[in-house]
Amino acid sequence: MTIVSDKYKTVKPEEVAVWFKAAPVTAFPKDGGACVKYKDLQIAVFNFERLNTWYACQNLSPEKQEMVLSRGMIGDHKGIPMVACPLHKKTFSLENGENLNSDLDPIAVYPIKIEDDFVYVGFSE
Amino acid sequence: MKTILVVGNGMVGYKFCEKFVAKEESKQFKLIVFGEEPRPAYDRVHLSEFFENQDAKALEMAPAEWYAENGIELIVDERVADIDRTNKTITTAKDRAFSYDYLVLATGSSAFVPPIKGVEKEGVFVYRTIEDLEGMLAYAAKIKAKNPNAKAAVLGGGLLGLEAGKAVMDMGLEPHIVEFAPKLMPRQLDSRSSQVLQLKLESIGLNIHLSKATNQILGDDGYITGMEFGEDDVLDVEMLVVSAGIRPRDELGKNSGLEVGVRGGIVVDNKMKTSDSNIYAIGEIALYNQMIYGLVAPGYDMAGIAVEQILGKADALMPASIDMSTKLKLIGVDVASFGEPFMPASKGHSIIFENKTQHLYKRINVSLDGKKLLGGILVGDASDYSMLHQIFLNGMAIPEDPAQLILPAGEGGGSFGDVMDLPDKAQICSCENVTKGQICGTIESGESKDLADVVSCTKAGTGCGGCKPMVKDLTEATLKSLGIEVKDSICEHFDLNRQDLYKIIQIKGYKTFNEVLDNHGNGGHGCELCKPVVASLMASINADTANKEYAIQDSNDRFLANIQRNGTYSVVPRVPGGEITPDKLIALGEIAKKYDLYTKVTGGVRIDLFGATLNQLPLIWKDLIDHGFESGHAYGKSLRTVKTCVGSTWCRYGMAESVSFGIELENRYRGIRAPHKIKGGVSGCIRECAEARGKDFGLIAVEGGWNLYLGGNGGATPRHAELFAEQIDNETVIKYIDRYLMFYMRTAKPLQRTAAWQERLEGGLDYLKEVIIDDKLGIAEDLENEMQTLVNKFECEWTQAINDPEMMKRFNHFVNSEEEDDNLVFVPLREQKMPEKWV
Repeated sequence: MTIVSDKYKTVKPEEVAVWFKAAPVTAFPKDGGACVKYKDLQIAVFNFERLNTWYACQNLSPEKQEMVLSRGMIGDHKGIPMVACPLHKKTFSLENGENLNSDLDPIAVYPIKIEDDFVYVGFSE
Repeated sequence: MKTILVVGNGMVGYKFCEKFVAKEESKQFKLIVFGEEPRPAYDRVHLSEFFENQDAKALEMAPAEWYAENGIELIVDERVADIDRTNKTITTAKDRAFSYDYLVLATGSSAFVPPIKGVEKEGVFVYRTIEDLEGMLAYAAKIKAKNPNAKAAVLGGGLLGLEAGKAVMDMGLEPHIVEFAPKLMPRQLDSRSSQVLQLKLESIGLNIHLSKATNQILGDDGYITGMEFGEDDVLDVEMLVVSAGIRPRDELGKNSGLEVGVRGGIVVDNKMKTSDSNIYAIGEIALYNQMIYGLVAPGYDMAGIAVEQILGKADALMPASIDMSTKLKLIGVDVASFGEPFMPASKGHSIIFENKTQHLYKRINVSLDGKKLLGGILVGDASDYSMLHQIFLNGMAIPEDPAQLILPAGEGGGSFGDVMDLPDKAQICSCENVTKGQICGTIESGESKDLADVVSCTKAGTGCGGCKPMVKDLTEATLKSLGIEVKDSICEHFDLNRQDLYKIIQIKGYKTFNEVLDNHGNGGHGCELCKPVVASLMASINADTANKEYAIQDSNDRFLANIQRNGTYSVVPRVPGGEITPDKLIALGEIAKKYDLYTKVTGGVRIDLFGATLNQLPLIWKDLIDHGFESGHAYGKSLRTVKTCVGSTWCRYGMAESVSFGIELENRYRGIRAPHKIKGGVSGCIRECAEARGKDFGLIAVEGGWNLYLGGNGGATPRHAELFAEQIDNETVIKYIDRYLMFYMRTAKPLQRTAAWQERLEGGLDYLKEVIIDDKLGIAEDLENEMQTLVNKFECEWTQAINDPEMMKRFNHFVNSEEEDDNLVFVPLREQKMPEKWV
């Protein structure tokens, strides 16, 4: 199997070079997620309506290298916004990508901005 | 630095090492261990498991590296041949010499082979080491190739003999047990319990021959062909396993002049010291109190005493009397004995419960004044063992009618024996030697707050695990006594349990997750635990389908399919009762072919189509629905199948139309969300081909109606459903199942199957009958009405989804592209495909 995880690197807000116009906000479920394609990347985007915040992270679950995180349930773990992988319920912080319930590698997270009811994901290239 | 040599690397020799290196002071010693066998110590008690997996590594007490990591030098495949006590040295069979400061003899025992004529023939084995077993396996394969119905006998019907019998059976040979005594397990069981065990073992295919003295082993060309007992009494067998007892391997002690017993064994005192104060003996070669203890637990205790003594703790002594109580599973049958299993009538009274139809036997012996438990025997069901053993060990008071200790719950028994009545010194975990006082203490001191804390602080329950239920009960009772509520709240976001939430949602009429969370939560935002619970409750109460608020559904419900290893899904259409027309079967095949889906019949005898991408799901379902299929809810915590046998429609034995009734039941309860999945079964006669007693609800047709069984399941903890009502008609069956399922849906914990729920229901089956049949709580009508509402509101979720463009949006892998997941890799498998293996 090819290791695709190398392609995913956290982008900090100040590192954004490209704001990719992904989809209208209505394309995403409230308090849930969907997947955005950018070049050869798959990015999970979550509309965390209860916090009035949007989050983005890699769609790739680091546990078994499957493209599933956008289909996970979101919520919080002791106050930290998180997504639970649908395969084995591994949870990851949506703020910094850290694995909250075991010792998996962190996932990459990306900045999001909303303009004119459109969702933009920030990439460094 | 002083040197300790351990002679023998069996279970007890290993235990000595383990206990020794755990001591801080052990660093001042050099430890060298000699093993005669070619591998490090393994678990001889579970030797018969070797036949199941043939994996010697799995039986190892610890891998060879463990010894090195702990600074122990392990020398295997080298027998110690001689001891020179004057110079304090030993010599091995390879003529190497080692000197010692302390010598620990743990050479164990060997199988005793009686001097019967012909016992040297090929095909006669002993049952002791992995090498013995490998020899047996090779020989069995050889004779089976010549004669597929070959027979093998085991000489000896004791504990080890029966284990060997299981091994022989697993090798595919017809097993025969030959015992000299008139009963099986003569050292542990009385004649009645032995008869019960015999019945049970015969029912699973063992042939048992008692009171047989073997005159000679018959054979041709040096190979065994049979055993002769009397003149015309011959048993033809092609293999024999001798398991007629053990003999201590005490030759080193004898040759070096240590004091030995008349019938073997090296004499030790309560410090485990032999007649030479630098030499210790432990395990099955140690003759303590003129006894050889052939159990592993006393051997481990001896190892512990020897460790303490060598490290200078003079007050660590072996107790004068050794508890020989044992509980084991023999070929799947519980057998236990404790205290004095056979007690002369002059010493006390025995109370015996025997049920040969169920292969059950329980005997307890109580003192003449009826105040103390002296011992007992359990066969078939040893679930009372832990409590009885504790009562015996601690000399606790027993009920005025001691029969209560062994009577089944609900017949005057089962109520006695609260764990909190045990004295603090009562040993709860014998593997890790943890007392009740230690368990309660760690909670009382605040160090432990729940069961997980107790286990990690005390190590209780980390060995064989047999004490786990007691540790759990003690933990809960202690927390309760401290006024700490044992919470079963569903997660950090709610202080409520599922039952509370059920009532709240029902009364308040909430329709969304946020309403419930905002009004009754702790201020957080929900999680992967509470979201599906609330989703399930909304469905159980309002008959909402999973389409309504899909973002709070677990992945399977969200996409109305079962997520598989690589993130693709499988699709299971409903086939009620398993009845399907040829046209529909063809349609399933054609749809599977069209989308290149891996196809398999499921464990619930439906047809599962695997490998569908998210984008394909609606297309596949459009085709399925066009051919008259509907959702099978294989993805939901809801009714799966009602399995049926063909019944009186075709079967010449059938008593009723099991298929027709199965279809009716499956269609009635389809789609209903519950705390966990539900399965049903309907059998047309007592032959029970539908395996209905392994289901949450099961029916068996009998003369005059149906017998209804409730609360069974397969899974990790299989449980037979319990007989709930007899000879009832279709209408009554539906009434009872309606009430039962609804009562379960109202009160169970999240992800609790009916079996676990029913088992923990206070009052048990009798209470359940009172609620469901006698309507003791006055809720029967409500339960029926609620169920009827759910039945009336049923709607196929897939039909609903594919007819609503808004709902269909969620079945795209990307929101901004029509493409599919490009990360999927399939590999071929037997003319079909499967996902690439996980790394």
